[in-house]
Amino acid sequence: MDKEIDVKSVLLLLLFTFLLVAGINAGEVQAVWKKAIKVCLSCMGLG
Amino acid sequence: MMLDFRRWIQSIATVLSNAWLLFPFTGTIYQGKLKSLCVPGLNCYSCPAAVGACPMGALQTMFASVRPSFRAGNFHIGLYVIGTLGVIGSLAGRMPCGWLCPFGFMQELVNKIPSPKIDIPSFLSCFKYAVLAIFIVALPIFAVDIFGYGENAFCKYICPAGTLQAGIPMSFLQPRLRDLWGGLFMVKMAILLFLILSMVFIRRPFCRTLCPLGAIYSLFNRVSVFKMVHHPDRCVRCGECYRNCPMGVRFYEGANQNNCIRCLQCMRKSCKYGAIGHSLSAAPSKDTMPSGGASL
Repeated sequence: MDKEIDVKSVLLLLLFTFLLVAGINAGEVQAVWKKAIKVCLSCMGLG
Repeated sequence: MMLDFRRWIQSIATVLSNAWLLFPFTGTIYQGKLKSLCVPGLNCYSCPAAVGACPMGALQTMFASVRPSFRAGNFHIGLYVIGTLGVIGSLAGRMPCGWLCPFGFMQELVNKIPSPKIDIPSFLSCFKYAVLAIFIVALPIFAVDIFGYGENAFCKYICPAGTLQAGIPMSFLQPRLRDLWGGLFMVKMAILLFLILSMVFIRRPFCRTLCPLGAIYSLFNRVSVFKMVHHPDRCVRCGECYRNCPMGVRFYEGANQNNCIRCLQCMRKSCKYGAIGHSLSAAPSKDTMPSGGASL
């Protein structure tokens, strides 16, 4: 098979890497952690 | 053999996602720093053994609190979770479903129970996109209370992983939670039991019809760095790929269909003609383009 770089794949990867870094810079890692360490009653169907 | 290797990977991923074994002594969930990382599969973060954050739960809570977050000047809109899912999807498409998701692994194991197997109409695969749009995006963002907070609608009303991994074990770990069992809990239990029963007869019913995480990853299947490749010149359309596929995919109908979880079982175990392959960061050349239209 002739290999050629799939530009769409690379651009998407770069785009989402940028979003990931932007989210980290915005402090969203901490925000996710704060929510993930609490027992989620709604996840259990209890609230 | 690749099949055994995949089972090993699935087992290891399940254990690593739920590696907090001290919960019987702490009486609650893990609260360490690893909880800030999103795991690639559906794994409830309120499971007492979970060490990571469920990406769907995290995405919903970010969307649900977007208004208060803006009011506080934080502008947390879920870029971290979206970026994580996008990077994984851009690299491998739906491969995490076939290799890393604990709930997908469980469905495959339950389906091993000897029974007549039935297939489901392909249009049911579209429902997972509706679940994604309504329960993960629309309801958490727009159905808000007087304080501006939305609710984790998918977790609350549907997610069987939450019931299985969090609702049941936490109710035994913290008996006072049983006082909160009500109609909603019973509905979620009914959904879980219905799905478990379905798993006996249907291959990965939740992944194919309801899973919003699979819906997100599936959008990347045709554009990810890792791609499946079909060689139509070698394919005899014997249907062996379909018979052994955990998702019921007919590979010859399209190499990167939305329901393909890239488990590679068809390539390694089913196809005797070498008609199935994969490629990295390459577009299929003309002689290896999928032979038919892709279906959901």
